[in-house]
Amino acid sequence: MEHLAKHYEVIVIGGGHAGIEAALASARLGCKTCIFTINADWVGDLPCNPSIGGTSKGHLVREIDSLGGEMAKAADKTMIQSRMLNLGKGPAVHSPRAQIDRRDYAGYMKNCIEKQENLDFKQAEVMDIKKRDDGLWELRTRLNTFFTAKCVILATGTFLGGMIHIGDVSYESGPDGMFPSNALVDSLRELGIMTRRFKTGTPARVNKKSIDFSVLEVQDGDEKPVVFSFESPIEACNKAVCYMTYTNEETKKVILDNLHLSPLYGGKIEGVGPRYCPSFEDKIVRFADKQRHQVFVEPCGLNTQEMYLQGLSSSLPEDVQLKFMKTIPGFENIEIIRTGYAIEYECVDPLMLKNSLEFLDYDGLFGAGQFNGSSGYEEAAAQGLVAGINAVHKIKGKKPLVLDRASSYIGTLIDDLVTKGCSDPYRMMTSRSEYRLILRHDNADIRLTKIGYEIGLISEERYKKFLKKCELIENEKKRVESIVFSPTKEINDMLVSRETSPIESGVRMSELLKRPQVNYESLTKFDVTRPDIDYEIFDQVQIGIKYEGYIKRQQAQVDEMRRLECKEMPQDIDYSKILGLRIEAREKLEKIRPANVGQASRISGVSPADISVLLIYLEKEGKR
Amino acid sequence: MQDTIAAIATPNAVGGIGIVRISGSRAIEIADRVFKSKNNLLLSELEGYRAVYGMIMDKQLAVDEAIALVFKAPKSYTGENVVEFSCHGGLFVMQRVLRVVLENGARSALPGEFTKRAFLNGRLDLTEAESVMNIISAHGEQASMAALNALDGALSKKINKILDVFLSAAAHMSVWVDYPDEDIEELDFSSLLIDYKNARNELEKLLLEFDAGQAITQGVETAIVGRPNVGKSTLMNMLIGTKRSIVTSYAGTTRDIIEETVRIGNVVLRLADTAGIRNSDDPVESIGIEMAKEKLNRSGLVICVFDASEKLNNEDYKLLELCRNKKSIAVINKTDLPIVFDEQEIKNYVGHIVYISAVNLQGYDDLKNAIENTLGTQEFDTSAAMLATERQRDCCKRAIECVDEAIFAIESGLTMDAINVSTDGAIESLLEMTGKKVSDAVVDKVFERFCVGK
Repeated sequence: MEHLAKHYEVIVIGGGHAGIEAALASARLGCKTCIFTINADWVGDLPCNPSIGGTSKGHLVREIDSLGGEMAKAADKTMIQSRMLNLGKGPAVHSPRAQIDRRDYAGYMKNCIEKQENLDFKQAEVMDIKKRDDGLWELRTRLNTFFTAKCVILATGTFLGGMIHIGDVSYESGPDGMFPSNALVDSLRELGIMTRRFKTGTPARVNKKSIDFSVLEVQDGDEKPVVFSFESPIEACNKAVCYMTYTNEETKKVILDNLHLSPLYGGKIEGVGPRYCPSFEDKIVRFADKQRHQVFVEPCGLNTQEMYLQGLSSSLPEDVQLKFMKTIPGFENIEIIRTGYAIEYECVDPLMLKNSLEFLDYDGLFGAGQFNGSSGYEEAAAQGLVAGINAVHKIKGKKPLVLDRASSYIGTLIDDLVTKGCSDPYRMMTSRSEYRLILRHDNADIRLTKIGYEIGLISEERYKKFLKKCELIENEKKRVESIVFSPTKEINDMLVSRETSPIESGVRMSELLKRPQVNYESLTKFDVTRPDIDYEIFDQVQIGIKYEGYIKRQQAQVDEMRRLECKEMPQDIDYSKILGLRIEAREKLEKIRPANVGQASRISGVSPADISVLLIYLEKEGKR
Repeated sequence: MQDTIAAIATPNAVGGIGIVRISGSRAIEIADRVFKSKNNLLLSELEGYRAVYGMIMDKQLAVDEAIALVFKAPKSYTGENVVEFSCHGGLFVMQRVLRVVLENGARSALPGEFTKRAFLNGRLDLTEAESVMNIISAHGEQASMAALNALDGALSKKINKILDVFLSAAAHMSVWVDYPDEDIEELDFSSLLIDYKNARNELEKLLLEFDAGQAITQGVETAIVGRPNVGKSTLMNMLIGTKRSIVTSYAGTTRDIIEETVRIGNVVLRLADTAGIRNSDDPVESIGIEMAKEKLNRSGLVICVFDASEKLNNEDYKLLELCRNKKSIAVINKTDLPIVFDEQEIKNYVGHIVYISAVNLQGYDDLKNAIENTLGTQEFDTSAAMLATERQRDCCKRAIECVDEAIFAIESGLTMDAINVSTDGAIESLLEMTGKKVSDAVVDKVFERFCVGK
């Protein structure tokens, strides 16, 4: 029987990484919120690799934490191995990554959602969504139950129109054997929201006992594991190891002999796959001269024998998958638990969204995660958090939270999506940020905690602690500027041993720290007034000194960028009335409707001359 | 308050007359600093809509004669104080006039900026402003088309080749960072250093050839210096007389100061000589070290004239000293008197020594070769890659600065992220010629070159 069950301020469709952050943020900021998921056991599932973080993704997680999101804490609590990637390549690209106990993570998130004030948690498939005359959104579930909400956040991931392909077998499905969400696609089309098909894939999971580990390389975690959250009370520790092996010519031969059986090469899949995580057969075809490929064997958790085979994503038939895996050293007797697959799903062109992640043309409707064309748990969580915050801001009549490109990878991600769009699933990469010396994982809190506090997701206590940290950094900066080392034999011996020139007269500590060969540790003995504070404080000061010139240059670029960023553009501009605009520019501007002149200037096809025309127009409007 | 802007307001082509426009609160003050009226009137003391005849002066040196038109705010095109100098057309002179104005406190106007100000000050209504912006916009389009065209040929190939060095390096660094677990070969910084230095040399070469290219297309300002009666006028006559292609040659007083334009081989020389080439019979003529210094400073080529029958004196040495860091040629005039001049002594100062004979006008070819050699135009292949515009030159220069920064980072052992950021800077500067964005270019390159993924 049809019945209207309940009214919420915010409804989130989807219990993945985007949906969770959106729902938690909304509820924590005081809005009556409900999160719908197709399978209540698997909110926060990691249907692909059992790890969180990595290059630029680790940055995202720390930024999410600094704004008051949950992902970092959940990962800290459930990590079984921790590694800091890219050590030695410079502080800008150091990136934390953790192997995660997948069941534990989903359990943590489920409990977290269940305990959250203001938040209802429901297992139901949303079939239908429409706008009512009174301005509210109305949702219908498979059981014909109706819900209304002021704002709806779509975070449907790979469930929306999900279709799994393995060889010549295809079937409608969500990830990890869950139901897909098909009816909602039609409902969105009826609203006028056109979707498109993207594709992604995952390798097989295998049974640990079927692997011969004696021929595999062990990959240990770091000696000093690190956590993601700036306020995690727990100490991270390594509880598991990963392994590594390689494919060979034989593996390649099996793939090439069976390529015609691939749904991708057979033309069955129409969805656009991500360039950055090709299937194994893709890699063999595209990089034909590469003799071997790495395979990482990663545990899916502590209480399971399932192992994830990173590097072997495939949608070849089950028997071919087995056959090529058996050619790999250590895998001769391998037993597959879950076969690798490719999955196609529906998503939108993110150019339909504002930089608040609300649809340009659908008041109160937001998108987040894979639904917006991105890929990755961390990218999804970041968008979910912002969409959740902005749904609340909309309801409370506040200005939307828009993080600019110089503030964060989150800002870069969203700006890229809504300004440039994407033609394949968008993955965060450090090279996507032009300000990466400023956007480091170590200073995510310094960049964003204040914003998180002002939004209301960072506690008073945490904010005070953060301010204290800033003060310590400032004091330490002043201290190293004032400390002068005399040219003693000891200090010169140390300098010479580190292959840098000795000093002849008194030199400031800050000057010595400028040298690439010298760091805080090497000066410990001579630095007698050093305060007893966290090493991370020294790290902040040291990075600031060593990269001063480069950071200054980036800061200058940031200032220039922000000049245009603060010139807002009204959403109701009739671009066809601005005569000086070239046709291409006008079409792009009409489609994307940038929020400010800075965003407009980043649209491909909008020239500096077009920007001058816009500036004139805005000045005129301003005077009116 | 708006700052004061200036630009050449007439089309960027040879015309009978050219206008340099200055607009802004300091327009008249700046104009007064560079303009000396015939009747010693100050422009600031004039009412609006007045015209005055006088000289554009670069310090003590006259640049061109001009008529200054004064408009007082708000009764001007822009609604601000405006001064317009109407000068003798000619790209070169116009640029000189503009340069003097900019050096005296104005800023170079952006495209459409006069119109923008006119609009913002209520001097144009929206339709007018929009139609002007439309034209500017179309110009922008044309300019970018032109830039692309210029990039189609040899330059494009060259730039893309250099770009590829940086793009490949950036992609490698990026993939190395973004896929730390992948089986990617280590980036070899010592070979990277070599690649960067080679690329830098290529860019440097483009910059150097820009001057030669400009010498061919735009001409070179040339100073002829020397003591009185060493044969400067002989040389001048020789240059003008043998291959006469004078663009502007006014007989008269001050006009002579400006220039004589002659074509020597494939180069156009603008011969400047304030010491009175035509008045060589003037007994008071003196080289005046200060005056020579001024001339030398602004010229692209110095021709130093000596008399073979006289020994070098103090003044000569002072002159030679000034030539040291310049593109310079010593011309030794052989008179019928006995030669006492020691060639070796000046070899340390100048690049080439040429003998000419006043009697039978011999030595022209030697001089021509010396000029072409010195300016690097002799071997200049006009179909080769050449930076065509100041904008391209600017991009190239900025790219070099970034490459230097990257080289410094590699050599001093800074971490890769610093090298990476500098590399991005170089790519950005080079891409400015083609209009693509760095991050897109690097990401595309990553997936083209590397096998990465789950």
